[in-house]
Amino acid sequence: MTTEAPVRPGHRAHPAPAATPSARLRWAVADGWVMTKRNMAHVVRAPEEVIIYFTLPIMFVLVFGYVFGSGMSVPGGDGGDAYREFLLPGVFVMTMLYGLGATATGIAMDVGRGVVDRFRSMPVARSALVTGRSLADLFRALLEMATLLVCGLLVGWQWHDGVGNAILAVALILLLRAAITWAGIFLGMLVPNPDTVSVIVFPAAFPLTALSNVFVAPELMPGWLSAVAQWNPLSSTVAAARELFGNPGLGGDSWAADNAILLAVAWPLLLLSVFVPLAVRRYQRLSR
Amino acid sequence: MIPDGIAVLAEGLRKRYGAAEALAGVDLSVPAGTVHGLLGPNGAGKTTTVRALATLLRFDAGRAHVAGFDVVEQPDEVRARIGLTGQYAAVDEVLSGRQNLVMFGQLFHLGIRDARRRADELLEQFDLTDAAGKSAAQYSGGMRRRLDLAASLILQPDVLFLDEPTTGLDPRSRNGVWDAVRALVADGTTVLLTTQYLEEADHLAERISVIDTGRVVAEGTSDELKSRIGGDRVEVVVRDGADLAAAAEVVGSVAASAADVDPDTRRVSASVRERVTALGEVVQRLREAGVVVEDIGVRRPTLDEAFLYLTGHRTDQEVPA
Ligand SMILES: Nc1ncnc2c1ncn2[C@@H]1O[C@H](COP(=O)(O)OP(=O)(O)OP(=O)(O)O)[C@@H](O)[C@H]1O
Ligand SMILES: [Mg+2]
Repeated sequence: MTTEAPVRPGHRAHPAPAATPSARLRWAVADGWVMTKRNMAHVVRAPEEVIIYFTLPIMFVLVFGYVFGSGMSVPGGDGGDAYREFLLPGVFVMTMLYGLGATATGIAMDVGRGVVDRFRSMPVARSALVTGRSLADLFRALLEMATLLVCGLLVGWQWHDGVGNAILAVALILLLRAAITWAGIFLGMLVPNPDTVSVIVFPAAFPLTALSNVFVAPELMPGWLSAVAQWNPLSSTVAAARELFGNPGLGGDSWAADNAILLAVAWPLLLLSVFVPLAVRRYQRLSR
Repeated sequence: MIPDGIAVLAEGLRKRYGAAEALAGVDLSVPAGTVHGLLGPNGAGKTTTVRALATLLRFDAGRAHVAGFDVVEQPDEVRARIGLTGQYAAVDEVLSGRQNLVMFGQLFHLGIRDARRRADELLEQFDLTDAAGKSAAQYSGGMRRRLDLAASLILQPDVLFLDEPTTGLDPRSRNGVWDAVRALVADGTTVLLTTQYLEEADHLAERISVIDTGRVVAEGTSDELKSRIGGDRVEVVVRDGADLAAAAEVVGSVAASAADVDPDTRRVSASVRERVTALGEVVQRLREAGVVVEDIGVRRPTLDEAFLYLTGHRTDQEVPA
């Protein structure tokens, strides 16, 4: 940047508000990036929260993979090893879902704490707070994915269909995470109280994972439960990931199961197209 | 049209929350380069007024211009020219003081180097250099306030809004804030300052608007406001609270108007025309009435009394909304 005014105490500078659309876009990107760095600095300065979020999925791998796993059967294999191969893509997606709590709490904290008032009284792009949050959470999800992949390899999970497909699977999981992030941003602004957020998120997240193909193949569920589980957006991403990783658990003859990859793209896009406008509108109407 | 040289102009600002009217038509006009005090008790509408002028709150009716731009039509132009220190510190609690200032500098579109340099200058100016690396959450209330104030001075604003800037500060920090405000004003910044401390308005503000239940009930210099409640005041402190009524009757009968009674301090006061005659008369009649007096005297009215007179209640009393 070369246009900034020299700043000394007593020096007055008015950066002209962005006039042209391209200047606006440039500032929106720059401001969004400052906000992204802010949220990443939070993780560095207060890493405890991230560590708590990691313990849950690791616990699920251990409890479900080893305690229940030996008694579970999955389409395409029996016993603990097959079940762990089946389980891991589900745990990846479940971890992304629990990220909803982190996102919503972060936004609720911002909105409740008044720092947002300062942002709003400054010539900052209106979109910066929310784009910064979603980008930072995506970085964080990348970190979580890397850790989970290592954990998975340690318990004997593997990808079998090449690195390219594995990367594609991770990309689909992150796409779902992006959609979940925006839902979380909206929720955080709707309920601008961090404590209320966690009271809402955790009881809601568990049934969502239970009514999906994360732990149990939907074919093994009774009639309507099976249909719900198959059409659950989480299931689409999990099924697509299993397919791309070459993990067991594919099966069923429903349309949803046959078109898992298509649905794993469509569901998140649909969720994004609902929650992005809702979140942005909500932000613009804060404290009116 | 906005008259020349007016930095803050509000006309008939109204804001309603459900059934409660927070602003019932606030008018303000602040000449550029001056400090204007907005004085009022809890719930008077000070914060609501400041938030409306700082583009944070959409008001229901009226119009507002700040630094030459319409608050509703051109909020971005306004935002580029104002600084705001709200009633509650608006800083990032997790980041360090320095990280906060650098971040806000970047959001004001300074380059990273200028943002860092400005942050260090402000940390120095507000006595925060030693705590620059600590999370704002670990700051004391006063330190957080100073950080908040520093953040609103990253670019020297044309118009600075300060919502109760010294509430909770020790006398030394408070003087620091006052000095910073004076220095800014000497450099041409216009300051709108809300306060419950009459002393603060008296010290800093050229003109004062007294605001109560969403309305400006009086406006003028502090001397003008004081003179509106009449001349000197006779003040009596009784030893026994039970004598308050009797004392009030005596003082009231000598004075031009009914006496003000403050049971907490057992104090009765009223404005009088002829200070010496009135004092003598009060002393004599109190003795006749058998009231034991702890202290008695004549003095100039305080702004507190002006306030009481103008609003009908004391500054420390909550107004039912
Ligand atoms: N978000 C809100 N919802 C409902 N009522 C509100 C809201 N904000 C303010 N009010 C009401 O508007 C009135 C004015 O409030 P405001 O905060 O402006 O007062 P204030 O003069 O700043 O008081 P204080 O000295 O306590 O800071 C009060 O009666 C308050 O209850
Ligand atoms: Mg207030």
